[in-house]
Amino acid sequence: MLDQLTPFFRRIYDDTGLNFVIFYEQYEYDRFIQAIWVSLTLIVACLIFSFVVGIVGAWAQGARSRIVRLGMAGYIQVFRNTPPFVQLLFFYFVIGSLTPQVDKGGYFEPIVGNFGWAVISLGFFAGAFNIEIFRSGIEAVPTATREAAEALGYTRLKAYVHIILPLAFRVCLPALNNNLVNLLKTTTLAYAIAVPEMMYTVSQIWSDNVNVPEMMFVLFIYYIVLVGVLVWLMHKWEQKMRIPGYG
Amino acid sequence: MLKKLMLTGLAVAVGIAAAATQANASNDRFKRVLDRGKLVVGVKGDYKPWGFRDPSGKLVGMEVDLAQDVADALGVSLETVPVQSSNRMQFLQQGKIDLMIATMSDRTDRRKVVGIVEPNYYTSGTNVLAKKGALKEWTEIKDKPVCGKQGAFYNKIVAQRYGAKIVAFVGNAEAKQALRDGKCIAWVYDDSSIMADLASGQWDNYEMPLATEDDNPWGLAVPLDERDGIWGRFMAGMIYNWHASGRLIELEKKWGIQSTAYVQKMRDKFAPDRAHLK
Repeated sequence: MLDQLTPFFRRIYDDTGLNFVIFYEQYEYDRFIQAIWVSLTLIVACLIFSFVVGIVGAWAQGARSRIVRLGMAGYIQVFRNTPPFVQLLFFYFVIGSLTPQVDKGGYFEPIVGNFGWAVISLGFFAGAFNIEIFRSGIEAVPTATREAAEALGYTRLKAYVHIILPLAFRVCLPALNNNLVNLLKTTTLAYAIAVPEMMYTVSQIWSDNVNVPEMMFVLFIYYIVLVGVLVWLMHKWEQKMRIPGYG
Repeated sequence: MLKKLMLTGLAVAVGIAAAATQANASNDRFKRVLDRGKLVVGVKGDYKPWGFRDPSGKLVGMEVDLAQDVADALGVSLETVPVQSSNRMQFLQQGKIDLMIATMSDRTDRRKVVGIVEPNYYTSGTNVLAKKGALKEWTEIKDKPVCGKQGAFYNKIVAQRYGAKIVAFVGNAEAKQALRDGKCIAWVYDDSSIMADLASGQWDNYEMPLATEDDNPWGLAVPLDERDGIWGRFMAGMIYNWHASGRLIELEKKWGIQSTAYVQKMRDKFAPDRAHLK
């Protein structure tokens, strides 16, 4: 792959001084490819985790137990009212140092590493918003539908899974779409706890090669493409889920 | 046309004037220091043990001692002015200080701004801070997490040369916290800064176990147009003497600084050969 790119980008560098070092130097190329891999894994993991948190949380919000409901409200307040950056640092440096770790001789390998903390922290952050998004969908389901399910003998959980959620889901997809795009962009914050994702790697590359504008450009394009793909997928999904005559 | 001619003329005149000052280095400074009976030196105020404040607020440290040596040699009193990395060269350019001894790395771009006097008096390079006994050789950091600061040029060097997994944080505070939490086996940084940390007394169970690599010598500086005059030449003599007499080794001991190979090397190089006198 790199072999084919090298001559072209070398020539660009020689002719114009534009230094796209990641396309002609093996070391930087490897770093860049690894960054793509790490950032994609991070994004997918965060999206899935926040999605699960949203669905479970929205159900727990309507639980019969007052403690569960209060707990949910507390969680949403805490995570919505603090910056994701602060949460990330808090999780990694405060909670992270309290969790069990394995002695590797000279240093410790924690059970949850910086990647894990990034997923947990960003997932919970976006999850708090997802809960509210799903709630808005659930509240849009007519009471009559809910009562009809009850009349048919559905339990609360069964009604939630089979009747309310599928309907609520279609209502809140656009809002969910928005939040997931936001989450994708927020994953760049993981550079603060040294997760070698795209932002982290690119900033290290530009300090090593003094090619800030070029790498900034690569970074910009990278996220435009990623968000473009995510939005396209979500639209496809929205279309697929459409029920004629509903929503 | 006339305007263009006048501009060219002006440019030539300025050029000649600049060339003239470069050729005849100014000697005002040396005379002024002797006349006023006081030498004003810019030193660091927050970089233990090179230049810092003792509990009474007085500036002390290895570089302050060097400044005192200069004042003693001139037979004048010493006044120290605290400077920072971001403003030290401006202090010198604006004439607020006569001399700057402030842990400054000798770089080409800086030589254009201030008169860096040769030989270099000290040096710093890349080293690591690690728990006592954790490391003995650079090769031991292979495949192990090593904390660093984002943007530091030696992150790549250490990763490539020794195969360390660099875990770089936004600031030094975070990187050092990660080291304390045991998230990495070592913290890679400038050795002089690491020594400053060790001297601060907050890192009792830690040490700087490896041999410093990629040294970049430090330069003390006089105003640029004084570099080739009496003042610059005088300072060159001072530095030569510090090296040859072993004064720098002595000061390293006094301030609890791990002895640097560079100072040893310079002493061997400059030690006068007195064999013919026997």
